[in-house]
Amino acid sequence: MMTDSAKISARKLNLHYGDKHALRDIDLDIAPHQVTALIGPSGCGKSTFLRCLNRMNDLIDSARVSGTVLVDGEDIYRKDIDPVLLRRKVGMIFQKSNPFPKSVYDNVAYGPRIHGIKDRKSLDQIVEKSLRGAALWDEVKDGLGKSGLALSGGQQQRLCIARAIAIDPEVLLMDEPASALDPIATAKIEELIWTLKENYTIVIVTHSMQQAARVSDRTAFFYMGEMVEMDATQKIFTSPSQKRTEDYITGRFG
Amino acid sequence: MISKLWMGRLVALVTGGAAVSTVATVIAIIGIIAWGGAPHLSWNFLTSAPSHGMTAGGIFPAIVGTFFLVLLMSIAGVPVGTITAIYLTEYVGQESRIGRTIRFGVNTLAGIPAIVFGLFGLGFFVSFVGGGMDKVLSDGELVWGQPNILWASMTLTLLTLPVVIVSVEEALRTVPREMREASLALGATRLETIWKVVLPQSMTGILTGGILAVSRGAGEVAPILFTGAAYFLPELPKDLHSQFMELGYHIYVMSTQSADVEATLPIQYATTLVLLLLTFTLNFSAIFLRWHLRRRAVR
Repeated sequence: MMTDSAKISARKLNLHYGDKHALRDIDLDIAPHQVTALIGPSGCGKSTFLRCLNRMNDLIDSARVSGTVLVDGEDIYRKDIDPVLLRRKVGMIFQKSNPFPKSVYDNVAYGPRIHGIKDRKSLDQIVEKSLRGAALWDEVKDGLGKSGLALSGGQQQRLCIARAIAIDPEVLLMDEPASALDPIATAKIEELIWTLKENYTIVIVTHSMQQAARVSDRTAFFYMGEMVEMDATQKIFTSPSQKRTEDYITGRFG
Repeated sequence: MISKLWMGRLVALVTGGAAVSTVATVIAIIGIIAWGGAPHLSWNFLTSAPSHGMTAGGIFPAIVGTFFLVLLMSIAGVPVGTITAIYLTEYVGQESRIGRTIRFGVNTLAGIPAIVFGLFGLGFFVSFVGGGMDKVLSDGELVWGQPNILWASMTLTLLTLPVVIVSVEEALRTVPREMREASLALGATRLETIWKVVLPQSMTGILTGGILAVSRGAGEVAPILFTGAAYFLPELPKDLHSQFMELGYHIYVMSTQSADVEATLPIQYATTLVLLLLTFTLNFSAIFLRWHLRRRAVR
């Protein structure tokens, strides 16, 4: 157990969608400043688990959560925790890039503005810093006023990353961030993930085992709502301790 | 026993005939009104007050009255309808009991005959609210406790509220869930998300709802019959407790109450034409906006 040093730790986390038991007794620790990959076949609960970490499942009426998730030692499912504040600390990148139909600038400035930054100079700085952080600045610096929707798919996803880091979160949750992108755009995102982990703790859900192998330090394998095993990525991909993990990564199912 | 072939032909004939007769009715109505009304339509007709017992002059007070009536109605109805639609789409689940109850209420409201709204408006707005205001504000002197443009527009607001609610709801639903999630994931509250992401993307729909409500409201006579429309009032409404003339009511008055109905016929045609043009224009712009909105939703 590494609870003491973990950025996030889930204990006996269960989630039901109505009658469906989507997550079963998940115990999982996520180390700070590392990339943790969640892999597993479709419907195994990996995205559901990810969305528990910033309480996005709150938005689904039928979802019921039990157990605990500690972020920096604090239970985020406690009654007096405001999910709005939690989400400032735990940002999220979605599978389908979802920039607002606003300018590149306004997309990135959206979060900071909401959190009370109105001063143009500070906003300019944040926007530039975030776009640089998302490796997008050089491509958009001459068109900050253009619509975010006019960018290419890969650029849109990096814009969403810039938008997420503009509010200075500590954790970034990425839900298959490259699944809709071509290989070149995917490579850029993966490269970015490497540099981002210096400043952020990253949890990434991915369908691609190669991607998990390339970007992550640790990997957790989910199957049918259970977390089968979690270990150093290299260990998972070379000598997993569970048969089911081995079957999955060698392509016998999934 | 007729053969299946002939049965098929018969069905095609009957259904086709029904469809054609619908279209023919529309063409006939528009044709007759345009034929009878167009010759009398002139700038002077639109800008002057009726005279000589409504057998001459124009319909300017009725146009102005209609305009202010639907304006007041929109000012009250669009915000209330929009807020209701926001509550229904953003705060309660599609299938939740409270959502279904409110939707049932909205649908029922839409099914109530217009004349019932008129009577309700007379009882509630004019007598109860207006009368109550007079008791409190002016020692029982009759100011608000009689039919006027405010109570008439409030009554129309109730009638057109379902139209606004349904179209705004539709517009809110075209905003993808991903947009809301993106905003919430950035630590925005639900209200901030609605205000900064959902509403800006639904403006077309809200506008459509407003226009449809106006077009519906502009054509209704029954709700304003007892609540504020005046039989004959050449001067324009000065304030919220003035009575007013209105196009639809004016037509009704000319065709049933005039001393010389025959003599008012050309004016009736022309007034009806103006009313039709007004509601058609509004309806077509709403259809256009809606089409625009749907096209965006598909992309």
